[in-house]
Amino acid sequence: MAERRHLLDIDDLDREGMERILETARSFAEVLRRPIKKVPSLRGRTVANLFYEPSTRTRLSFELAAKSLSADVLNFSASTSSVEKGESLKDTALTLEAMGVDAVVIRHPVAGAPWLLRRWIGATVLNAGDGMHAHPTQALLDLFTMRERLGDLEGKTIAFVGDILHSRVARSGVKACRAMGMEVLLVAPPTLMPPSPMPGVELITSLDEAIPRCDVIYMLRMQKERQQEGRVPSLEEYTRLYQLNVERMAGARPGALVMHPGPMNRGVEITAEVADAPYAAITSQVTAGVAVRMATLFTLLGGAEGGGDAG
Amino acid sequence: MVRGHKMAFRERVRVMDADDIRRAVQRIAHEIVERNKGAANLVVVGIRTRGVPLSLRVARAIGAIEETEVPVGRLDITLYRDDLHTVSTPVVRETHLPGDIEGKNLVIVDDVLYTGRSVRAAMDAIMDFGRPASIQLAVLVDRGHRELPIRADYVGKNIPTSREERVRVALEEVDGEEGVFIGEEAD
Repeated sequence: MAERRHLLDIDDLDREGMERILETARSFAEVLRRPIKKVPSLRGRTVANLFYEPSTRTRLSFELAAKSLSADVLNFSASTSSVEKGESLKDTALTLEAMGVDAVVIRHPVAGAPWLLRRWIGATVLNAGDGMHAHPTQALLDLFTMRERLGDLEGKTIAFVGDILHSRVARSGVKACRAMGMEVLLVAPPTLMPPSPMPGVELITSLDEAIPRCDVIYMLRMQKERQQEGRVPSLEEYTRLYQLNVERMAGARPGALVMHPGPMNRGVEITAEVADAPYAAITSQVTAGVAVRMATLFTLLGGAEGGGDAG
Repeated sequence: MVRGHKMAFRERVRVMDADDIRRAVQRIAHEIVERNKGAANLVVVGIRTRGVPLSLRVARAIGAIEETEVPVGRLDITLYRDDLHTVSTPVVRETHLPGDIEGKNLVIVDDVLYTGRSVRAAMDAIMDFGRPASIQLAVLVDRGHRELPIRADYVGKNIPTSREERVRVALEEVDGEEGVFIGEEAD
C-alpha cells in the first residue's frame, strides 16, 4: 500500500498537480449547477472538520464540498468540544483515528499543526489554515477564480496588498501564483512586510504605484489588533494609504480583477463600492471554494492508495 | 471495464472495418427512429470517451433520416463508478446534457457493452439531471459477460469473446483510424 496523500501546503503539488485539481474542479462546478447537486463518489467515506479557530466560510465550504461528494461529515469546533476540558490535539486526533475517519480537515492557530497531525494518524490530512503559515485550498480556489475570469495566467501580474506578514493566504498564494508563471508584487507598509523576501517577488510600499501594473489586485484583511501592536500608526492612516477605493481603481487596467479572501473589513482595506463592483470576484471566490475543495477531497480520497486495475 | 486505462494490446483479428461501422451506425439510427416513431422527443447521449463521437454520428444519421436536428449530450461517469477505490488517479471530465431531459426519450451510446457497470453508472448520472420518459441503450459492440441485468436496445455487432480477450474500438475522431479489433493483453 502506497503512502496516504495529503495537502499540507501548496508546494505538496507541482504545477501538473495543481492543473489537475483545477481541471477536476471545473467538472465539480458543473455538478454544483445541476438540479441535484450531489454525486456518489465518496459514499461511505468520513471527513472530519477539526477547527481550532473560528471560521465560518472555510468550514461551511469544506462541509458542503464533502456532502456534495456523498461523504459523511463530522464537525468539531474548539469552542463546543472537549478542548475546553483540556483535551490535546493528539488525543483528539487519536480519537478520530480510532473512529476510522478517512480524512481530517484541520484549521489551527499554531503553524505546523497539520504536520504534527500527519505524524500521529493514518488518515489523509488537509490543511485548512495553520497560524500565519499556509492555506493551500484558498490558493487553489484563487487560481481557479482567476483562470475563469482571465484565462491563462502565465505572465499576468498580481499584487497582494496589506498585512502580508501575518497572512497565510498571501504565503500560499504567492507560491501558487509563481508556480503558474505569474508576476507577484507585495504591497504593504514596511512593518507588515515579511522579514525575509520570498523568491521571485517584488516589494512595493505604494499602492498607487502598484495598481496600474496589475491584472489582479488581491486585498488582505486588515486586523484592527495590528494598531495596538504598533505595526501601523493608526487605522486612519493605513486606510488613507492602502484602502482600495473607487478613486484608486480609476488607475487600474481595464479588466483588472479585485479579490479578497474574506471576511472583509468594509471601509478599512476595501470600500463597499469596490467590493460590490462587477470587477470584484469576491463572491466567485466563494463559489469556486466549494468546487475546488470537492476536487481536492476527490483527488486525495477518490482513488486507490496504491493504484490498481479493475479488469 | 476500465476506461482510459492504457494496456499493451496484441491485435489478432479486425472484426469490423470503417464500412462495417458506418453501416452499423446507419442501421442503429433507423432502428431508433422506428422504435421512437420519429425523432421529436429524442436526446442522444454519449459516454466518454468513444461513446461521444459515436453519439454524434448516430444523431447526425437520425437527423438526416428525419430532416431535423437531434440534441446530443456527453456524459462522464467517473463520479458514479463502483470501482473508484481500485483506480489510482481518476480523471474527471465535464458532463454536458442539452437542456431539460425531463420526459425525453434518451438514448445512451457507448462503444463496447461488457459488464454493464458503465451503463449502470451512466443511468445513475442521468437520473441526477431529471426523469426522462425512457432510457435506451445503443452500443457498437456487445461482447457479452454481463455482471448486471442490463441489455442493449440497439447493437451494431454481437461479438462473442472470452474474458481474457480484449476488444479495441478505434474511431477516426479519437484514434485517427477506424475499426474494431479483438486481441489479447500483451505483457
